[in-house]
Amino acid sequence: MTRQLTQRLVFALITLAAIATVTPIVLVVGYIAYLGLPAISLGFLSEMPHDGMRAGGIWPAIVGTLYLTFGTGLIAVPLGVAAAIYLSEYAKDNRLTRSIRIAIINLAGIPSVVYGLFGLGLFVLFLKFGTSLVAGCLTLSIMTLPVIISTAEEALRAVPQSFRVVSRSLGGTKWQTIWRVVLPQALPGILTGVILGLERAAGETAPILFTAAAFFLPRLPDSIFDATMALPYHLFVISTQVPGMPIQIQYGTALVLLVFVLSMNVVATVIRSRARARRQW
Amino acid sequence: MQPTNQNRNLPELIIESLIRAAGYSAILFVALILFFLLREGAPAFAEVPLGDLLAVRWYPIESLFGLLPLIGGSLIVTLGAALIAVPFGLATAIFIAEIAPRWAREILKPLVEVLGGLPSVVLGFLGMLVLAPIVRLTLNTPTGLTAFTGSLLLAGMAIPTLVSVAEDALDAVPKSYRDAALALGATRWQTIWRVTVPAARSGVLTAVMLGIGRAIGETMTVMMVTGNAARMPTALNSLFLPVRTMTATIAAEMGEVANGSVHYHILFTIGIVLFLISFAVNLAASAVVFQQRKRAERLLS
Repeated sequence: MTRQLTQRLVFALITLAAIATVTPIVLVVGYIAYLGLPAISLGFLSEMPHDGMRAGGIWPAIVGTLYLTFGTGLIAVPLGVAAAIYLSEYAKDNRLTRSIRIAIINLAGIPSVVYGLFGLGLFVLFLKFGTSLVAGCLTLSIMTLPVIISTAEEALRAVPQSFRVVSRSLGGTKWQTIWRVVLPQALPGILTGVILGLERAAGETAPILFTAAAFFLPRLPDSIFDATMALPYHLFVISTQVPGMPIQIQYGTALVLLVFVLSMNVVATVIRSRARARRQW
Repeated sequence: MQPTNQNRNLPELIIESLIRAAGYSAILFVALILFFLLREGAPAFAEVPLGDLLAVRWYPIESLFGLLPLIGGSLIVTLGAALIAVPFGLATAIFIAEIAPRWAREILKPLVEVLGGLPSVVLGFLGMLVLAPIVRLTLNTPTGLTAFTGSLLLAGMAIPTLVSVAEDALDAVPKSYRDAALALGATRWQTIWRVTVPAARSGVLTAVMLGIGRAIGETMTVMMVTGNAARMPTALNSLFLPVRTMTATIAAEMGEVANGSVHYHILFTIGIVLFLISFAVNLAASAVVFQQRKRAERLLS
């Protein structure tokens, strides 16, 4: 067998493997859209579930997911961006900084259900928040933090050093330089990371299982100390725990969750490619 | 840039110390997580003799807390996922980085990212309704909810991590390496296989480790599709039988146990085991990257 023939064969195999890897993604999204679309109506999106969730809509689950995602962002974004600023602008290369990096890597690897256990132990039981929005948001924030920190740090580091030097030489203080020069330049990159981090939080089920999620709550939460319904947990409940669940409602819920998460993905991708096209350095 | 004390004021000093505190917070969170897992999980070691924890029967109702079937279940599902994800993930990474024309690259990269963004509960949902029946019919088994079904889906969840890290590593190999190989008369495939991939070896290894790490920790998907039978996987055919993983056990049982009971403590103990496994995997993965950076520095100096 000649070398060229080997190459042709191997390339064909690799191409097939790559196609086999991405085809299921298209199939999954297409299939859920195909079976879920008939369920979508204004009523489905805006009504409370009734008849043991076998009829009605998924309004409280939609609102719950919005609350959880927004609340997570409220905590994780300032904390994560500040940590990224510390790592990119202040930290020296020493043992402490290395420990911080190892800590971030490990936070990123901890299984989501272990975050759920931690949230249960610290927020729900020790701090007595109970199963609540606030416990869920805090748990999801810590889980999202590593994604936000690492992408924001990368975005900050990509800002050329000369920008900082110029600002400092014009008499700007270190913080003025960061706030007025570095951060605005890094904003699109930071935003991309924030959205990708929150996308993950919006789709997660395991961390909210014991910290925030209500099995069935036919009203919206009144305060941050109330439990809440959420789309991922609701999909889990209606596909495994409720007998005789109409299949249409299941696919409809899956579709709403998928659209929610994927639209965040699209927004992040658009911001990233626009920023790349516009960058002048 | 040395910080000077000139033209600094109080607000700036406050902001800077807040930023510093945020930087340190990651260490605090890891410590807090470990502390609360230990706080709720450690009593288990006093309540159940170690020998009973290392037994082969998990039957909490009768106070049988043998962890081995759960550990074995996690291992076999993860092993199955790795066997599928590594070849397909690496092939995809090589295709995207080295072979694909530009337009295919522009489509494939975001698609793989979409796969990474699919909520695990959605994959579990489709796994139950669509994949499990297919597995049941093709393998002719009594149920489609098997370790293998879980492995297939977990492979899908490990692949995005694997592809993006491996593709980065391949992309980072200097063009001069490839040019040199091609100039010596190597074919493109020989260049990829004998030069580019070995040069990116440590990054590729990291990709595999992180992908597998992701698979071990996955919860909702495996809980929904693996059948959740806590049996010891003793032979190879266990891959085609129902299993129960560590993560699924926590997720399925924590809602029903009484706070402070032995069962409750044991579930946190499983959490400690998972924490330690992910700690080890990630530490090893970052050590590989670290080593590679040092070698690169030596080469360049």
